[in-house]
Amino acid sequence: MPGLEDLYREIILDHYKNPRNRGELAPPAVSAEGHNPLCGDEIQVYLLVENGTVSDVRIAGQGCSISQSSASMMSAAVKGKSVDDVRKLVSRFKHMMSIEEGDSEPDTSVNLGDLEALQGVVKFPVRIKCATLAWNTLLEALEGAHA
Amino acid sequence: MALDVARVRKDFPVLQRHINGKPLVYLDSANTSQKPHAVIDAMTNFLQSGYAPINRSAYTLAAEATDLFEGARSSVARFINAPHDHEIVFTRNATEAINLIAYSWGRANLNKGDVVVLTHMEHHANIVPWHMLVQELGIEIRWVPLTADGQLDLSNIDSLLTGAKLFAFTAMSNVLGTITPVAELCAKAHQHGALALVDGCQSVPHMPTDVASIGADFLTFSSHKMCGPSGIGVLWAHEKLLDAMPPFIGGGNMISDVRLDGFTCAELPYKFEAGTPPITEAIGLGAAVNYLNGIGMHNVREHERTIAKAALHSLTERFGDDIVIHGSQDVDVRGATISFAFRDVHPHDVSQVLDQHNVCVRAGHHCAKPLMRLLGANATVRASFYLYNDESEVQALCDALADTGDFFTL
Repeated sequence: MPGLEDLYREIILDHYKNPRNRGELAPPAVSAEGHNPLCGDEIQVYLLVENGTVSDVRIAGQGCSISQSSASMMSAAVKGKSVDDVRKLVSRFKHMMSIEEGDSEPDTSVNLGDLEALQGVVKFPVRIKCATLAWNTLLEALEGAHA
Repeated sequence: MALDVARVRKDFPVLQRHINGKPLVYLDSANTSQKPHAVIDAMTNFLQSGYAPINRSAYTLAAEATDLFEGARSSVARFINAPHDHEIVFTRNATEAINLIAYSWGRANLNKGDVVVLTHMEHHANIVPWHMLVQELGIEIRWVPLTADGQLDLSNIDSLLTGAKLFAFTAMSNVLGTITPVAELCAKAHQHGALALVDGCQSVPHMPTDVASIGADFLTFSSHKMCGPSGIGVLWAHEKLLDAMPPFIGGGNMISDVRLDGFTCAELPYKFEAGTPPITEAIGLGAAVNYLNGIGMHNVREHERTIAKAALHSLTERFGDDIVIHGSQDVDVRGATISFAFRDVHPHDVSQVLDQHNVCVRAGHHCAKPLMRLLGANATVRASFYLYNDESEVQALCDALADTGDFFTL
């Protein structure tokens, strides 16, 4: 049986206790809201996209340690990246969570950095939705930025 | 005679199970209950040596199956002291039972501007069907608020019920464990000319139910929360009401005649039981009801009162300000379903740690989001006890909770 330390790695708890990029952004930033119907968690992702680059990002809402730390790490990882690179990162992350559709190989040129710490979540299938909530919401916000 | 919990525990095979060397501590019965041998055996025996269609074939096997199925209906009717067996309508679950009322009675009797009164602590199953009628018919929903300790605030009930057509309320909150004054609420509804729908999903499994004395017009409940199988629920309503209601789902079994130009409904209860019903599940529910009768519902209630008291006491004594228990601490007005917040730890994380100790609780919004908003939480941890839980499991819950703090101290 996987132990709690597989799930609650130190860096995860650090992001949970000290979440990065908390807050909101006013328009022209776009936003999207995600819900985890399982546990009632809610998250809002605010994105400011300028010249094809995510120049700022903020996270609001509340949730469990896994959803909050995943959102926090995600915000740190995407800030300053081009939209194309952000999409690659989302795909790579979802691969790690074993939920990327199709059987394509993960793009190992994308560096997950601290996000690797979330790999342990895969051993707790019920929590995968917690880890991916912010990422799916980010994708929705990106759609808004393109509209 | 009081409930002998050690003996009861032997009736539930799953409770003998260990996971990773630790005994199972099942505290999620408000979600769904475990099943005793009596239910498992009744269903297995039927599937192994008695399975057949009901109500439509002449051979012996089918006649026996029909007797078993209808016998289960009688058992359920007696369990809630229903005047007639044919007032028991088998549905898929309690949710479907409430939807049946909204769809059939609601569409036939409610018009734009008509009022349905609900409470702030309803399950989504007793909210969404009425929201759907708001959208479809333009009815109005009014809400009975709650007091600070999670009771219904009845100070304004008369003005809320003025002109109402229906008062639909839970007999016991699935989040707070609050037991509502059902007979008083039914009387209030009637005083204002409204019908009373009692959602008994959380109360029928845990205490005696007597539809005749509470004065309800509709009662709904689910089998799987009362030791029976999933896949079957119950709607009870007065014969006169059911007779006047149009059918819900159309098809076989619910007709007495079908012609090119129309159909004639079957008599009760078949009018509301289109298609092949959950035969095996009904027999399982009948066995569950007989099992609970053997224990005695007064004994179940007393046992849960004792264990709720022990749990409230232990949680408060051990964790003090680190725990916030939602709802009343008075076991006379609450069941053994206990929702709480633990320090600042998210309920999902609490339940994850508890799972390491094989303590099964629910973390989430419990399908009662309006109530969660009122509590100012988007989730709670909920430990819910039943007739097979003992005080050692209260201890196991506390021990596992103590472990939670080590991980998440902010």
